[in-house]
Amino acid sequence: MASFDQPVLLSEPDDDPERATVLLMGLRRGGKSSICKVVFHNMQPLDTLYLESTSKPTTEHYSSLIDLAVMELPGQLNYFEPSYDSEKLFKSVGALVYVIDAQDEYLNALTNLAMIIEYAYKVNPDIHIEVLIHKVDGLSEDFRLDTQRDIMQRIGDELLDLGIEGVQVSFHLTSIFDHSIYEAFSRVIQKLVHELPSLENLLDNLVQHSRIEKAFLFDVNSKIYVATDSSPVDIQTYEVCAEFIDVTVDLNDLYENDTSNLKCSSVLQNGYILTFHKMIRGLALVTLIKDADVDSAMAIVDYNIEVFNDALKEIWKKSIVHPIK
Amino acid sequence: MRSIIFSNFSAFDTRRLGATIDVEHSHFRFLGNMTLNLWDCGGQDVFMENYFTNQKDHIFKRVEVLIHVFDVESKEVGKDIEIFTKSLSQLREFSPDAKVFVLLHKIDLVQVERREELFKIMMAKLQDVSNPYGFRLTGFATSIWDESLYKAWSSIVCTLIPNMGQYELNLTKLQEIIEAQEIILFEKTTFLVICSSNNGKSAGQLTNKEGLDPKRFEKISNIMKNFKQSATKLKSQFKTLNLNDNLFIVELSSNLMIFVVMTPQKSANDAGLIQENIKRARVHFQ
Repeated sequence: MASFDQPVLLSEPDDDPERATVLLMGLRRGGKSSICKVVFHNMQPLDTLYLESTSKPTTEHYSSLIDLAVMELPGQLNYFEPSYDSEKLFKSVGALVYVIDAQDEYLNALTNLAMIIEYAYKVNPDIHIEVLIHKVDGLSEDFRLDTQRDIMQRIGDELLDLGIEGVQVSFHLTSIFDHSIYEAFSRVIQKLVHELPSLENLLDNLVQHSRIEKAFLFDVNSKIYVATDSSPVDIQTYEVCAEFIDVTVDLNDLYENDTSNLKCSSVLQNGYILTFHKMIRGLALVTLIKDADVDSAMAIVDYNIEVFNDALKEIWKKSIVHPIK
Repeated sequence: MRSIIFSNFSAFDTRRLGATIDVEHSHFRFLGNMTLNLWDCGGQDVFMENYFTNQKDHIFKRVEVLIHVFDVESKEVGKDIEIFTKSLSQLREFSPDAKVFVLLHKIDLVQVERREELFKIMMAKLQDVSNPYGFRLTGFATSIWDESLYKAWSSIVCTLIPNMGQYELNLTKLQEIIEAQEIILFEKTTFLVICSSNNGKSAGQLTNKEGLDPKRFEKISNIMKNFKQSATKLKSQFKTLNLNDNLFIVELSSNLMIFVVMTPQKSANDAGLIQENIKRARVHFQ
């Protein structure tokens, strides 16, 4: 993986309004550090059992299509102590991700969450609030939906009691043992990409003109997708595409070819074609093509994807010259 | 590990497996004309006792290969070795020509620095006890959590393939014609390595480029097996792969996959030519 675009030396997060910051909060032992390690550091889910408790706020930076900082707060911290500059903190973040342990008693967490929402919303009305109902791998299928409904209901009531309405809160059922955590993080991060509408438009165009079934724009290191075309996301397609990245990168590493222009395609027995094309800034476009003649289809797809890559470069150049607020 | 190699289980799935009762027979067709009869013998004392007394002529007759698995974490090493020698003595009586393989399994539970040392000590000890019976041992340190399992099984299966020389010869010729950096032949369903063009003498200088990962064969088996698994999510099976017009994986016959890596400067412009060449080569591997 070392050969892919590495983040350059980055400036202090607070002075940089362009960086999207995700704040990760929750009660202790909720699984916040595990999420970070699995999504951004490729740690095996089982190894996260041995993680130490996080004792102080940690910030990590990722440079992908957008510059991203994930800040993790220890669960046992009291945010409302006057010594802690929480106002500045909440003003600077784009999204607040609150992790609830679904296998534990969650009433405390809900009260805690409602307080945080009230405060954060007052300081920064533009903040995106995302709730991860986490560790659902231990719950049965029916029970998951019941839990989600219960939590949504209670949060709604809590917020009503506090007198705040109209806060948009999104809920995700997640587990680090399958791809749901990547899916949830993809959706969170997509809300922070200002250029998302144009990206989706570009992808839609690409899909229409190349007989592509589904196209994902992935961040290669984390396997989070920053954009996809407007057709609905099928979780299985996402999984196959994400795993195809592994295949490409691993095979390529074995023979140490240069990675400047990496592309890969695979044909399946029933005529599906999977393709991988490396884009700018550590991104990769992975597409699924259905029912096509391999040779003719690939020529068109290759050409169109090149055009797409040029468009990406243009967008990125523009957004640097005129920062969109 | 039988489930991983032959039944498409992932390492994670194996937790659900129960204990084996007595002997579980299974057979797999391999390379079309070869059938592997796998006898998975349950290891509890009651069954073991049985194998060496009542059932001994049934169990140990006409054995081609004995694969004896040792748990590295086992507390009773003495007892394990005793059972091993018991089977060796039966084997000498009923099938003296059998090949003996020893797998030091669950090596992932040992610290990385200590693995090599532990493996050496254990193998020396085992070779010692098997000398009186006249068997030469081949040993592997394995774990279901990495590619070491594929290496071990690949070597085991390869000793059973009768026309290995022919495969190697054909492969070396093919490599010379298309001027590839390396060619590897895989069995299609298990993705075990059959042979590679590196084994050929004449191809030796051409391909033995230093700096390539010595574990790459097993890693490819592992990567491709995982990818085969994920292809089932699209209700389909893997057929071909083309990486950078430089690395190809193509079906060669109904039970072989071929893996070709071109030298970087050779590729790029003649991907079509290479594929045509591989197509032509099919006849010789049927």
